[in-house]
Amino acid sequence: MDQLYREAIIDHYKHPRHYGCLEAPDYKAHDLNPFCGDELTIEVKVDEDEIIRSVAFNGKGCAISLASASMLMEEILHESLDEVKTWTREDILDMLGIEIGPVRMKCALLSLKVLKKGVYGLDQLEEEELD
Amino acid sequence: MTRNLNGRAVAAAGETLDWAAVRSQFPIMERKVQGGVQLVYLDNAASSQKPAAVLEAMARYYRTSHANVHRGVHTLSEEATALYEDARQNAGRLINAPSSRECVYVRNTTEGINLVAGSWGRANLGPGDTVVTTVMEHHSNIVPWQILQADRGFDLRYVPVTPEGNLDRDVFGSLMAEEPKLVCFTHVSNVLGTVNPVAELTAEAHAAGALVLVDGAQGVPHLPVDVQALGVDFYVYSGHKMCGPTGIGLLWARRELLQAMPPWMGGGEMIREVTLEGSRWNELPYKFEAGTPAIAEAVGLGAAAEYLMDLGMDNVASHSAYLTNYAYNQLVEIEGVHILGPGPEDRLGLVSFHVDEVHPHDLSAILDLDGVAIRAGHHCAQPLHRSLDLIASARASFYLYNTESEIDRLAAGIERARRIF
Ligand SMILES: Cc1ncc(COP(=O)(O)O)c(C=O)c1O
Repeated sequence: MDQLYREAIIDHYKHPRHYGCLEAPDYKAHDLNPFCGDELTIEVKVDEDEIIRSVAFNGKGCAISLASASMLMEEILHESLDEVKTWTREDILDMLGIEIGPVRMKCALLSLKVLKKGVYGLDQLEEEELD
Repeated sequence: MTRNLNGRAVAAAGETLDWAAVRSQFPIMERKVQGGVQLVYLDNAASSQKPAAVLEAMARYYRTSHANVHRGVHTLSEEATALYEDARQNAGRLINAPSSRECVYVRNTTEGINLVAGSWGRANLGPGDTVVTTVMEHHSNIVPWQILQADRGFDLRYVPVTPEGNLDRDVFGSLMAEEPKLVCFTHVSNVLGTVNPVAELTAEAHAAGALVLVDGAQGVPHLPVDVQALGVDFYVYSGHKMCGPTGIGLLWARRELLQAMPPWMGGGEMIREVTLEGSRWNELPYKFEAGTPAIAEAVGLGAAAEYLMDLGMDNVASHSAYLTNYAYNQLVEIEGVHILGPGPEDRLGLVSFHVDEVHPHDLSAILDLDGVAIRAGHHCAQPLHRSLDLIASARASFYLYNTESEIDRLAAGIERARRIF
């Protein structure tokens, strides 16, 4: 129990940070997890140096997917877009700090998938990278 | 006798059969998970477990009689063919099919429906025609029709579900006025547990001139099914949900329909004669069974059908109704739990629900730590979930070997999840 749902996860799930929408975001993406129907939208605003100055996410999902999104928002705020592009699945797992089995990996990684889709402005994020 | 399900008397657990002895016939029930807790398997609507009789029939087939069927003239091929065809008889007898010639082996329910769409549908549907299906369906009784519709340009209409979780009979009736060519619906809903009045709906559809296809994936495991009494035209079920193996299922259809339908896949086994100018098709049911079939799986399907018939489908139905009722009454008492679908008298085999503050995935993960396996997600019924304004639900589904104390463990786990969130 403590392993799967450590307190920080529950806390981010119940009190998500940066939940909502931005006005006129520079980057925005939406995606869903076809196996469970979870959905997520992430919006980002950057300054002229491509530093992220505001973030927001919204959607529906389980504690793992929403906590992952909420934590990720805190991590990327005030980072550069280049920095964001280097994020990998290992970074997400480190951030969550829990063991994730194969079935729920898609929940954990939905946030990164949507974020990368947004900042690359592409629909075809390197799927292999996340699988 | 405690309650009634569609007019049938329902006995208390244990009254009809020695269900503990039945449970002991399923080797996987011994399984411990999570470092030593007893498995509680409540994901039967997704796939059931298998009794030793089925496992042994398949192993025996491979150990002693395996060869290709309908081909060689040698001992093993003769034996394999006999086993394969005996199994077809049993699989057909389970649904009271008038003849095993009308029983086509398919991989599963999904393939059976695709076969009807790809063969009957392609030959008979076009612009100006209407096909009716329902919002209650599994994706396997929606998507094949959508794919065909894109190709053939007919109208595809959906019967909605009432707030009580039944098909909306008024809309059903008004759609019949459009004289559809085909009406498709599920026998038992895999999300709501609703048992549809198949014979009544079929009579209404026939009166409007339509053929009727019934998805029996959740019906066959729990109910005595008689395709002749129901009066349907196509009936499909999967082996793996009724104690049989994966990779095999059955499509039954009325003979005249199968005879008139073009083949669906071409290859070996399905032909009578092949020349370079063209080919003539084999007789029923082989016309629809191209290529080397899933022989051991068919043998397993036949053994599963025999196993269920030996238990008696009336007994099986009583036991399922008893467990469903018990679970419904346990869960409805838990604060924050919302059950989807009709009351216990109109449902069979499962209870789907959602819990305030707890996403179904998280609930399932927490229950899993207690060894309790349930399903979380949209259960391949996204239109239905959307109509209920949900993206997902949790589902506990029951079968022969489940017990009251397992359902108590489910209820305790839900309480625990409520405390964590
Ligand atoms: C009502 C219903 N129809 C169809 C199916 C599809 O069955 P299969 O995956 O065996 O083709 C299922 C099972 O998931 C079901 O519950």
